[in-house]
Amino acid sequence: MEAPILSVRQLTVDFSTDAGNFRAVDGLTFDIPKGRTVALVGESGSGKSVTAQAILQILSKKARITSGSLVFNDPSNGGSVDIAALPAESDTMHALRGGRIAMIFQEPMTSLSPLHTIGDQISEALMIHADVDQATASRRTMEVLDRVGFPDPKRALGTYPFELSGGLRQRAMIAMALITRPALLIADEPTTALDVTTQAQILDLIKELQAETGMSVLLITHDLGVVANVADEVVVMYRGRIMEAGSREDIFRNAQHPYLQALMRAVPRFAMADDERLTPIREVKSASLATAHAPERIQPAGPILKVEHLTKSFTLRSGWFAGKSREIRAVSEVDLSLPAGKTLGLVGESGCGKTTVSKMIMRAITPNAGHVLFDDGTGPKDVHKLEGEALTTYRRSVQFIFQDPFSSLNPRMTVYELLTEPLRIHDIGTSDERYERVKQLLEMVGLDQRALRRYPHSFSGGQRQRLGIARALALEPRVLLCDEPVSALDVSVQAQVLNLLKDLQAALGLSYLFVSHNLAVVDYIADTIAVMCRGYIVEEAPKSSLFRNPVHPYTQALLAAVPDPDIDRPLDFTKLRTGGFSQPSAWPEPFRIEPGEFGVMKEIEPGHKVRMGRLTAREAA
Amino acid sequence: MIRFLLRRIATMAVTLLIISALVFFIIKLPPGDFLTNQIAELRAQGESASIAKAEFLIRQYGLDRPAWQQYLVWLGVMPGPNGFSGLLQGDWGWSFEYDKPVVDVVGDALWLTLLVNFAVVIFIHVVAIPIAIYSATRQYSMGDYIATFIGYIGLATPSFLLALILLYYMNRWFGISIGGLYDAHYAGEPWTWDKIQSLLSHLVVPTVVIGLGGTAAMIRRMRANLLDELGKQYYVTAKAKGLGPTKALVKYPFRMSLNPFIADIGNLLPQLVSGSVLVSLVLSLPTVGPILLSALKSQDQFLAGFILMFVAVLTVVGMLVSDLLLAWLDPRIRMGGAR
Repeated sequence: MEAPILSVRQLTVDFSTDAGNFRAVDGLTFDIPKGRTVALVGESGSGKSVTAQAILQILSKKARITSGSLVFNDPSNGGSVDIAALPAESDTMHALRGGRIAMIFQEPMTSLSPLHTIGDQISEALMIHADVDQATASRRTMEVLDRVGFPDPKRALGTYPFELSGGLRQRAMIAMALITRPALLIADEPTTALDVTTQAQILDLIKELQAETGMSVLLITHDLGVVANVADEVVVMYRGRIMEAGSREDIFRNAQHPYLQALMRAVPRFAMADDERLTPIREVKSASLATAHAPERIQPAGPILKVEHLTKSFTLRSGWFAGKSREIRAVSEVDLSLPAGKTLGLVGESGCGKTTVSKMIMRAITPNAGHVLFDDGTGPKDVHKLEGEALTTYRRSVQFIFQDPFSSLNPRMTVYELLTEPLRIHDIGTSDERYERVKQLLEMVGLDQRALRRYPHSFSGGQRQRLGIARALALEPRVLLCDEPVSALDVSVQAQVLNLLKDLQAALGLSYLFVSHNLAVVDYIADTIAVMCRGYIVEEAPKSSLFRNPVHPYTQALLAAVPDPDIDRPLDFTKLRTGGFSQPSAWPEPFRIEPGEFGVMKEIEPGHKVRMGRLTAREAA
Repeated sequence: MIRFLLRRIATMAVTLLIISALVFFIIKLPPGDFLTNQIAELRAQGESASIAKAEFLIRQYGLDRPAWQQYLVWLGVMPGPNGFSGLLQGDWGWSFEYDKPVVDVVGDALWLTLLVNFAVVIFIHVVAIPIAIYSATRQYSMGDYIATFIGYIGLATPSFLLALILLYYMNRWFGISIGGLYDAHYAGEPWTWDKIQSLLSHLVVPTVVIGLGGTAAMIRRMRANLLDELGKQYYVTAKAKGLGPTKALVKYPFRMSLNPFIADIGNLLPQLVSGSVLVSLVLSLPTVGPILLSALKSQDQFLAGFILMFVAVLTVVGMLVSDLLLAWLDPRIRMGGAR
């Protein structure tokens, strides 16, 4: 058998911190064969990124490779070198780094310097490693930009990263990594920050380039769906150690280690049974939830929250030097209705307007047209016309759960202060009553009472998100707006929070508007799903019929692009290669919507509505 | 671009107008003015000839008129006793204290001030940037601690005290006088090569003394900025490309960390003019600082007003320059929003 490109043997990386030494990678051993993709899978903090940094010797100053070897066998000259034994700033290491082993990162925005053009940054990579002049470097840069799919490579040379979309930025990163024709590409969460359709395209691109150049890929990811679709071999890490390693088939068909089995069970998949429940790796028990019940309230006759023809435009003042301003329609004629006690999922890619909708429901933004109607049992009322007492009541009834559990809790307030703040603002209860209420809330979300005196920084991401939920529940709301509540969390924790939300809904009769870009998550929690694209609701249906029979081309593309952690349902890359799914004017008839038009929603089966373009609208009329 | 410049220049003009009004009325706030105070003094001494001259000057400069009229005359938008003759026409007024036109009083001092401050700015950057880079890249090392310690001393030392000490010991040890910006006998002489040499040798001590505090502050800020940038992902990318440590540092994080300093140019210039007054006094530098101080004390309104306006113009122009530089250096600002 051919020697592997990289053999990692007993790799150990230690961090020395003020709080003492910490072993991030502990005796790691695996091989990366030539021309294959090895996926390194694990939750955050499992040491997978540290491993990648160790291979390139770009560890932070606090970290050190304490033992083990990293033998790199360069297929181009047959040379073999132990990276772990090289000084980080030696010439050999400089030549390897970027030259023979290249790396792409998770966040394509911050990974590229905002002050230098794409062309400069990509050609630089070549000029470090090859003895070429500027003209040749530019030519090669254009070639590689063309290869990774830039529509106009010549123009791209002079553009800056912030002028590009996330997908193009990641393509530029890939171009930068591949211009030197490395033998090994390390991709550290290359698609985590991207939308699903873009993710599929980038994964496809990496696969194609791999087939072309015969390079090996070390793919670092937490997403088992991605692994199932692109990896040849899988290494599962937990707390710096390998839990299980093997071929993709072995890992997915025959997971042995309990950790891996648990991880598989924690990921929401399509085609889950209706009553199937995710099993978090660490289950959190809530004592009081079983006995909790909804406060006695009059139930509304119709939907508790209804959005009618909601439209919002933003005026963009363009730069300093150009005086023109543009108008962007973020939300176009959105209709939604949320029945009491149910969950409405709002799905769409970044920038589709889903957060704007939730902010308008919160009354944080005023719409240009349309209404938000809230019915607390006394009949629907226009939220944007509420004043005084009625508005205060509305604010109590509708609460928000934020995406980022780190920045949504004030680090200078204790948990007690955080949770009583809503009560203080609305002047509810005496301090004893508030204390009781807070204890009850903590129990409900499965946290210990001892948490009360602590500050948010001493909690993990999942615990913080549960604090955020407890805070949202403090005022006994009827509707919770959840804006990507689990997208910043690890899969195992994600399952915890999703289950908690489900249980709370069952116990307290809450209604959720659940905004997310993750279709599998929405599928797990929602009853009805609305798919949003470019400010339009393009399709709305009960979840079973949406997944069984997606009609709109955008919904189909979105569904096709989600990598399922099931190797029997691989992504159809060729179908996704065409692109243009999120261009209303590029949709095929009868779905095509010209700029400035709205189209109409047409009901194709009970509860299943699809937006049609103008032609159909005329036929209907 | 042109539109932007025109808009900026229009706002600058408005800003300067408001500043001029503030400057003038604040100078006028204390009761009386230089001449009425002098007349009162002269009366007490019974010198009628001088009183006549002072009263002539009062009429000459319209000081008997209401303040708002004086302001407009000073500005040059209202005819004074000599027709339109104010700042807008380039007539900077008369210094009563020196009994000379303002232009003659500040003349050389203005250029020397700019020279000293320019030298100080260069000194600060040349000294501070390498030290800051050193201590940021070797955070918490011995060298970093030493640089930090020296920095704190530099921040904490009153510069006029340092000036006094240097003045004394330079004279005592080397027998040289470091007061003034050139040897005394060159005063009033035309600019010859010898005089310039004398100027350059005298420039060293004031530059160091005035620049010390700024250097220390700059080291601290630059270090903090760089430390922020060093943690950024694009620096890791640069290293992962195979760039050597120095090249990667200078091209990416260092370049980014300069932005706040460029943005600060507008503040730097006026601060240095007004900040070095004490040192200028101690070292008897012929800069505008001491002149401004005495003009304010004696209510020499046109002289004080002119110097303050000069500082204001420096500020506003400095802001414009820093904005233009930022736009030139940072594509995000140049093309922001044009997406």
